Amino acid sequence: MRADLEIIQQWVRPGHHILDLGCGDGTLLDFLQRERNATGFGLEINPDHITTCMGRGVRVIEQNLDTQGLDNFDDGMFDIVLMTQALQAVRRPDKVIDEMLRVGREGIVTFPNFAHWRLRWGLALSGRMPESDALPYKWYNTPNIRLCTFKDFEALCRQKGIKIKSRRVVDGQHQNSWLARLWPNLLGEIAIYRITREST
Amino acid sequence: MPDSLPSDSVGLVSPKTIHFDKPLELACGQTLESYDLVVETYGTLNADASNAVLICHALSGHHHAAGYHSLDDRKPGWWDSCIGPGKPIDTNRFFVVSLNNLGGCHGSTGPNSNNPETGKPYGPDFPVVTVADWVASQARLADHLGIQQWAAVVGGSLGGMQALQWSLDYPDRLRHSVVIASTPRLTAQNIAFNEVARQAITSDREFFEGRYYDENLVPKRGLMLARMVGHITYLSDASMGEKFGRELREEAYKFGFDAEFQVESYLRYQGERFSETFDANTYLLMTRALDYFDPAYDFGGDLSKALAPAQCEYLVLSFSTDWRFSPARSEEMVNAMISARKRVSYAEIDAPWGHDAFLIPTPRYTDIFTAYMDRVAREVGA
Repeated sequence: MRADLEIIQQWVRPGHHILDLGCGDGTLLDFLQRERNATGFGLEINPDHITTCMGRGVRVIEQNLDTQGLDNFDDGMFDIVLMTQALQAVRRPDKVIDEMLRVGREGIVTFPNFAHWRLRWGLALSGRMPESDALPYKWYNTPNIRLCTFKDFEALCRQKGIKIKSRRVVDGQHQNSWLARLWPNLLGEIAIYRITREST
Repeated sequence: MPDSLPSDSVGLVSPKTIHFDKPLELACGQTLESYDLVVETYGTLNADASNAVLICHALSGHHHAAGYHSLDDRKPGWWDSCIGPGKPIDTNRFFVVSLNNLGGCHGSTGPNSNNPETGKPYGPDFPVVTVADWVASQARLADHLGIQQWAAVVGGSLGGMQALQWSLDYPDRLRHSVVIASTPRLTAQNIAFNEVARQAITSDREFFEGRYYDENLVPKRGLMLARMVGHITYLSDASMGEKFGRELREEAYKFGFDAEFQVESYLRYQGERFSETFDANTYLLMTRALDYFDPAYDFGGDLSKALAPAQCEYLVLSFSTDWRFSPARSEEMVNAMISARKRVSYAEIDAPWGHDAFLIPTPRYTDIFTAYMDRVAREVGA
């Protein structure tokens, strides 16, 4: 099982109503529907992904976060709003996070860490924009227009009064590593954050 | 017509007429004491009758949705692109039922049928039927065929309205509702176009207040105009532009008012052909059914409240250049479904053909429709 699925499913209770922003081919929702009896939707704009979702029984809505936002979802209607590996690709991540925590009681966000040592090393040595397995694009064609580091994300949460309930730092294969736990912003490639505005 | 039938065709089919004796109470307060429905079916009903799919037709549609009536047919049924072996609604797996709705003019009881009380055609005395009336009659048809629950009820445009109405009126009798290029209610602009069409018909001198059958006449001009104005709303500016542009039939302007542009002669031809095969009173009825459709009406305009009883899962599809029932109308429906916590999937398909796109097999449309119906089939073990 993909390690990030394993981690995320621990935070999902049976029957949870879930919204997955940028749900891709629906792997995660399909998994949560089967393993956790979860309900809900994915939002996606890639036509092939949408077709795959429909074929596997994942409810998917064609909706562009950048242009349409989440206005069509009521306050607090989801238990969890997920966003895996998509935060860095939206135009205004800060507003998306606000919207996630408006329509959901809890958010789960994963994104690549731009401060990972290999990216820092690449930039320092070559003087060129870094590329990696998690970020395999050129600077001019990358969909990842809002890259940030774990520290940046946590600073934004602090500024917005958002509580980080858990953080798991993993490597590119979503595996746990003790090194990444020791020095996350340098050695962690991907972080999985569980955030909320609720006090409990 | 080719010498042999295409391998992905349901082949030669023949309609049958089913008579219903149990009176049907209509929304208008009148009762139809008995009526006929003309039906075609494709594929085989499985042992537990779980693989049945109901096709609901649009404004000018009928029961002949797929296949050919004879080897001399110029064209197959109206939705042959989507119904057949290996097609999105795969007749190797599903038992497909397609009917002509009440008030129609292709064999089901309608204005051109004889009124048993007078022995003459109903004409304007045929009651104004609604989408909900159609759904009620379709439920009787399901009873007759031994179908307790449809695997899916599927329709485009006015047909999509029936698929939606099914989910509200008989929530436990369908697993999936597939609503394509449709809307939860007409806009003022939609109603306005319908009114122009009706005025064209009723102001034709040969309409005779709807009793033209008695005069052995047909309000052809009115029906032709109605179809012409309707047809414009089915196409997009871009698709008309691509098909006709400003192309002339002859080389130069003739400074007169005959059909000089290709688009004019196309519309006239379409209108004329339609006026030879369709009944004017049916056209009035069908457009009125469109106007009246508004399931949210009884809920203060709140569609999500109207959706409360629904249990099925929905697939909603819209087309980018459809301005008759635009993607925004489908999104209205989808948002109400989300609000009502219903299971729904939605896609807006990029296609240049306007409203008519739901009849044209573009790759993405076919892919999505196939993927979704494949899942429906797996769900019911078909």
